[in-house]
Amino acid sequence: MSTVVDRDEVRRLLADGAQLVEVLPEEEFQEEHLPGAINIPLKELGDRAFELDRSRPVIVYCHDYQ
Amino acid sequence: MSPRAAARLEAIGFEGVYDYAAGKADWGASGLPLEGRPGPRASELARPDTPTCPAAERLQDVRARVLGSGWDTCLVVNRERVVIGRLGRRALARGDDVSVEDAMSEGPRTFRPDVRLGALVGWMRKRNLTSAVVTTSDGRLVGVVLLDDAEARLASERGDRS
Repeated sequence: MSTVVDRDEVRRLLADGAQLVEVLPEEEFQEEHLPGAINIPLKELGDRAFELDRSRPVIVYCHDYQ
Repeated sequence: MSPRAAARLEAIGFEGVYDYAAGKADWGASGLPLEGRPGPRASELARPDTPTCPAAERLQDVRARVLGSGWDTCLVVNRERVVIGRLGRRALARGDDVSVEDAMSEGPRTFRPDVRLGALVGWMRKRNLTSAVVTTSDGRLVGVVLLDDAEARLASERGDRS
């Protein structure tokens, strides 16, 4: 079960080398995203998970509690 | 959406998966920087020619006017053009001649003019809707954004960037 984290924890994880993934559609990512994030829309996650480094933590996010 | 993403990654063997559930809305609201290229806003595509009617009008009269205009929806507004309801396809197809007030659905979801078009399109797609109502913060009608218009505009924006 994944761990829900808050903003401060996100910053700490990023400082420790975590990967940040926005799972919204590309249009929304292009308009606005967290610094350093990559975009893998939820529908593509299964096919594109190879883009992620399995040895490092992964933080996923979308717009808000959707 | 992010809980499903986290679950999917775990299901395919990822460890150390975290869900920032509050997402970029929380990040931006805290004043932290966001990157990107702000795209068009809802106000740019909100069509002001959307049919409107008062709640007291007869449905039969509204139907004839709306369908003649090529639209399949009508927004119910008061004298200040505050949106109080909506007549969708089903309501407009009713055979009985009731008042608009009796046929309308109350309080349609509305969006502010500054909402980003990409986010609005995502919301419409998720709910299989073909239009979204745009109002000012005090509820006055600005217009309706059609999904087709919005998708075409976003496609055009992508083309300009490539």
